[in-house]
Amino acid sequence: MTPVCLSHFTASSCLGCGLDATLTALRAQRGGLAPCRFEGAGDLVTYVGEVPQLDDCALPSRLTEYECRNNRLALLGLQQDGFSGAVEQACARYGRGRVGVLLGTSTAGMLQAEQAYARRTPNTGALPDDFIYRTTHNSYSLAAFVRAYFHLAGPAMVVSTACSSSAKVFASAARLLAAGIIDAAIVGGVDSLCLTTLYGFNSLELLSPEPCRPFDSDRKGLSIGEAAAFVLLERPPASLDADTVLLLGTGESSDAYHMSSPHPDGRGAALAMAAALRSAGLQAADIDYINLHGTATPSNDAAEGQAVTALFGSRTPASSVKGATGHTLGAAGGLEAVISALALQYGFLPGGINTLHLDPAIPIRYLSTNSAMAPRRVMSNSFGFGGTNCSLVLGRAL
Amino acid sequence: MASPTTIILNAWIDGIGLLGPGLDHWAEARPILAGATDYAPRPVVVPPPVVLPPPERRRVGLAAKVALAVAQEAITTAHVDATQLAAVFSSSGADGDNCDALCRVLASDDRHISPTRFHNSVHNAAAGYWGIASGAMTPATALCAYDGSFGAGLLEALTQVAVDGVGTLLVTYEAPYPEPLHAKRPHPAAFGLALVLMPQPGPHSLAALHVEVTQTPFDRLPDANLEALRLQIPSARGLPLLRLLAQGRAGQVILEYLDPLSLTVDVLPCS
Repeated sequence: MTPVCLSHFTASSCLGCGLDATLTALRAQRGGLAPCRFEGAGDLVTYVGEVPQLDDCALPSRLTEYECRNNRLALLGLQQDGFSGAVEQACARYGRGRVGVLLGTSTAGMLQAEQAYARRTPNTGALPDDFIYRTTHNSYSLAAFVRAYFHLAGPAMVVSTACSSSAKVFASAARLLAAGIIDAAIVGGVDSLCLTTLYGFNSLELLSPEPCRPFDSDRKGLSIGEAAAFVLLERPPASLDADTVLLLGTGESSDAYHMSSPHPDGRGAALAMAAALRSAGLQAADIDYINLHGTATPSNDAAEGQAVTALFGSRTPASSVKGATGHTLGAAGGLEAVISALALQYGFLPGGINTLHLDPAIPIRYLSTNSAMAPRRVMSNSFGFGGTNCSLVLGRAL
Repeated sequence: MASPTTIILNAWIDGIGLLGPGLDHWAEARPILAGATDYAPRPVVVPPPVVLPPPERRRVGLAAKVALAVAQEAITTAHVDATQLAAVFSSSGADGDNCDALCRVLASDDRHISPTRFHNSVHNAAAGYWGIASGAMTPATALCAYDGSFGAGLLEALTQVAVDGVGTLLVTYEAPYPEPLHAKRPHPAAFGLALVLMPQPGPHSLAALHVEVTQTPFDRLPDANLEALRLQIPSARGLPLLRLLAQGRAGQVILEYLDPLSLTVDVLPCS
């Protein structure tokens, strides 16, 4: 593919709001998971990665119809690291009809519907009048909110492919840029805690009773988190700073195997990684670090390990940040692309936390401590329910 | 900035799948859409998902059944190998029955939901079932753009065809929500529309498409009942394109997308 430039980016998660807080936590190998106190889910024995300042975030009065936890998290994310200013500059350069919005989410404002059902009118079963489906519950509400926030008039959509959602938006945006339909894209993802995902993963017995431990021989499942990650994608300028991060390749595939379990050999995952390398015109040996999907469920890590060893052997340093951030589901691809970009810009490899005993059955080169090695090119993996896989290759400009 | 190298969004339609009230299959619906036969709405009969293995057949919901039915029809009429096509699924609401069932349980005293309910709740459930049914390990995505979901799906599919040079199956579909969500989002019926879009013309190509994103006012359908369908169901926003294809003539159609944008589609039938 023709490389595109990550001209501005930001991320907010349980590690904190914005890049400084994220970087500080990663450098200190400090996680943000805490025992689940989420309203209505107090009976679940698990840890979650909740974004703390979320209740204080109020939408602008002209956008109150979008009021829900997911859009509050989106706004909080947009306000960090001068991201909104960068979007405004892009609008000034290209026009508001030439800036696309392509965002990933798995549940959008589903929490709003869950709460509305709890407030049904006893006799009729009707939902309360203050529940607005279009701007909160519907999957598109996230992209609609961001489009309305910036008064944009360009193409927009939500990709909702479970946990690969906000990785796949990078591929879609790169295609729209290549086709000349847009000149810039706001990509990334926002997913927020809700009962559907907490009780859903609980029903599959995939929630870890302790902070999740990716690739540990004693891993007990995942910890759910929430996050907002935004990236402004543009065609690269004529001259690039060495620190500029480029999207070099994208690879997508399907398992065609099972709705909620990965192919045990990781065949779909390996196809996505191989396609991303091909798209970037690179070999496996050109990749300095793999940001693993690494959810810490027994089957996911085993399948991903198979796929990684099939392509990379045991040579390439790899880690999952989900021990620190939790699995942020539809926001994970975006969040981990931003963390990969930080690794490229600041010259370090983030070690995964909570992993005490590496699973000897998975012979990858898993990093449990930070490494001072400065990567030039990294791969970020995102896989999801329905057998959906997406890998991104990011690299420094020089 | 490097100057954009604009790629023309061209594709060839090789297959069509259609299912809606009074619109069973493309071949049967064609004279209705062309205006040669009157449109008579009647309840949709969704065929069983015979393409799925028995365990998945038992678990799949109505919305995914609609998606699978039109996807299979489009593949069959195109005479293509589904494992070679990328897939774009686009829906505003996906599985409304499942969403309602989940919300009811989560609002009750016992919030334990079934694993099947949970995996059917993902917006890409239809794409996942299609992968299992077809064996395609190719890229598949699942989009939502509310009432613009047809336009968003068409745009995504066309960029895959034109930029990546791969044949792409576009599946747009909707199923009605039960009450109480129906009062908030009143889709009147199940509806599905699928297209097989190819980067090169072939022996089964029906028409060539050229698409541009414009701000031209969109077309409406002359039949009042069909126009009501177009307005009420996001995937039926593609019906004006099918009407022009049904008429078998060259022409232009303006599809509703996202305010203020439309998709201007030039159609040239393949003899």
